[in-house]
Amino acid sequence: MGDPGTKQDLLSLEDLEAAGALRTGRKHVLSILVENKPGVLTRIAGLFARRGFNIETLTVGPTDDDQISRVTLTVDGALHPIDQVTKQLHKLINVLKIRDLEPEGTVARELALFKVAAEGAARSEVMQVCDIFRGKVVDVTRRSLIVEVTGTTDKVEAFERMVRPFGLIEMMRTGEIAISRGRSET
Amino acid sequence: MRAVDAVIECLKAEGVEVVFGLPGGANLPQYDAFYDAGIRHVLVRHEAGGGHAAAGYAKATGKVGVCFATSGPGATNVVTPIADAMMDSVPTVFITGQVRTDLLGTDGFQEVDVVGVTMPIVKHSFMIQHPLEIPRAIHEAFHLARTGRPGPVIVDIPTDLARAEIPYEPVTDVHLPGYQPTHEGNTKQIRQAAKALAAARRPVLYVGGGTINANASEEVRELARLDNFPVTCTLMGLGAYPAPDPQWLGMLGMHGTRTANYAMDEADLIVAIGARFDDRITGKLSEFAPRAKFVHIDIDPAEISKNIPAHIPIVGDAKNIVAKLVKEYRALEGVDHTRLEAWWERIHGWQEKHPLRYDDTEGDEIKPQRLIEALYEATGGDAIVTTDIGQHQMWAAQYFHFDRPRRWLQSGGLGTMGFGLPAAMGAKVGMPGETVICIAGDGSVQMNMQELATCAQEGIDIKIFISNNGYLGMVRQWQELFWDKRYSHVDMGQFPDFVKLADAMGATGFRFESKATLVEDIKQAIATPGPVMVDVRVTREENVYPMIAPGAAARDMVG
Repeated sequence: MGDPGTKQDLLSLEDLEAAGALRTGRKHVLSILVENKPGVLTRIAGLFARRGFNIETLTVGPTDDDQISRVTLTVDGALHPIDQVTKQLHKLINVLKIRDLEPEGTVARELALFKVAAEGAARSEVMQVCDIFRGKVVDVTRRSLIVEVTGTTDKVEAFERMVRPFGLIEMMRTGEIAISRGRSET
Repeated sequence: MRAVDAVIECLKAEGVEVVFGLPGGANLPQYDAFYDAGIRHVLVRHEAGGGHAAAGYAKATGKVGVCFATSGPGATNVVTPIADAMMDSVPTVFITGQVRTDLLGTDGFQEVDVVGVTMPIVKHSFMIQHPLEIPRAIHEAFHLARTGRPGPVIVDIPTDLARAEIPYEPVTDVHLPGYQPTHEGNTKQIRQAAKALAAARRPVLYVGGGTINANASEEVRELARLDNFPVTCTLMGLGAYPAPDPQWLGMLGMHGTRTANYAMDEADLIVAIGARFDDRITGKLSEFAPRAKFVHIDIDPAEISKNIPAHIPIVGDAKNIVAKLVKEYRALEGVDHTRLEAWWERIHGWQEKHPLRYDDTEGDEIKPQRLIEALYEATGGDAIVTTDIGQHQMWAAQYFHFDRPRRWLQSGGLGTMGFGLPAAMGAKVGMPGETVICIAGDGSVQMNMQELATCAQEGIDIKIFISNNGYLGMVRQWQELFWDKRYSHVDMGQFPDFVKLADAMGATGFRFESKATLVEDIKQAIATPGPVMVDVRVTREENVYPMIAPGAAARDMVG
């Protein structure tokens, strides 16, 4: 209220700012440690479905502790208030820890397999592109190649754009896994 | 011992006095253990009745309510009570039988994946895979049900594992590394909230059901009295603050008082205590309390800023936080204790201009609002009241005044028709010394009235008053107001004959049709021993007012 003479104990309501319901506008990689128990993935997937949160990619794998698994998922922070997503996830009893990984502080990779039409001259062109992206040819027939590419989502998508004109027969992607940089644990 | 005998030991260790349930194929082992367990069992007529009874027991006593059901249809019958308990944060444990492990996944007889079916509506669930897990799962279920934000927990036990012999040792700890509810509120935030309150010229305390779960009513009263703060309660919070009190604005929300809703609309600071800004409270979200800053106290961090962004969020136990808030407020210097005078003048203006009112009949016909007033007069307010869902529920909220917590038992979030009668049964079992009244609608009561037979058999002395207008009244009201009076499938006629029905069930039935003798008639019905069902014929087409139309703003209340 700020009248002269009143003690500094008081504040002005005007100065209060609302927090939360934050839409960051960027992609978030959530690294979630969960108890390795049946149904945990269903609980997470079900939570996203019923709250209307969209999962962009999802990977699940073991950790160095066989009681604990890691779920890595990416969410669009433009569509959903990310604090609501993490707070709802925390309510699942089997969820142990959630980290919302900062892009700068994180190494993220995914693996993709591309089956590309490659006959005649096209074959060497595809293989050149593959070299540039440090991809690996893992299968070859007279009419096609399968290329394995690992990298960030951007790199995988760039590769896709490059080979699509040759005739992209099939593509499979794992979704990202991510680990924090530096000594401390993710 | 058998795993099922260990379950009984666990229940005893948890202090369970009563279980509501119904046996079937897959939980036969459990019932065999129950045969001489020395824990009271109430044999319900339908598992839904058992689930709601467990909730009524929990709401009235603050203890964990327990319900047993068999596999398949038994388990699916408790789905509604589970969803209900989830919405209203009711501490309940459901122990379901499951088919043998070798039949799991084969669509065996009475097999349903109950853990899967209920996943979105439980606080947590345990699918037992090894008999050794059973005792720990039972204790963890109770721990989860009663702590943090309370809620329903299921333990699903395949019948072969239930019969297995296990070396039983009492479990004295729980191992839930992913579950650490916050109890202590952040001291800095609490201090900030105290300062905000001291700065506010038009504050309102907005008190919800979480206050009752936290047993924080005393603390809220103390807070309100610090500086004459106006108080409103949600439907779930009624009783957390005494209704006959000068600082009381009445219930807020869709059928709340104009005073409470207008006060929220003009408030500069709203302190939400164990309330979650449900759409029945806020109306049109974008126009809700447009001038207010929000202090939000809740044990569930996910409720904070879910619907309304909080300016001062405080996560933790309401009892402990409000007590600290009182202390912090007292410690402030330079607080102007006369600053609310203009605010109260404004509030008193609304109270005078817009009291709750209805047009009583000239003759002897009973208006449904009059029925509630008469019930209040006849009991002196000294009763535990459950209701079903609909018009009668809103009138009860408006005209029966609660001065203590745990006396008003509601299905608030889910709005479950058929809740009232079994919830009253559970409440009476938990609080045998209290008068327990179920105010029901003629539509709602038919959804679980089979439990009247349970009450008769067990001597559970509840008094059911049916506000009988022969309609699904609230739906009819909406059809009248928003659907051009096209009364599509809401007329229930005068079926069944509730007096004969009560008689057939082994209870006592009455029919009241006279306004003049209503209070005396009610007193007699309450004095009649054993379960009583009263058919009170009320005005057929009466609307609940005032009302915030769905999706409208509070200041645009009608009626």
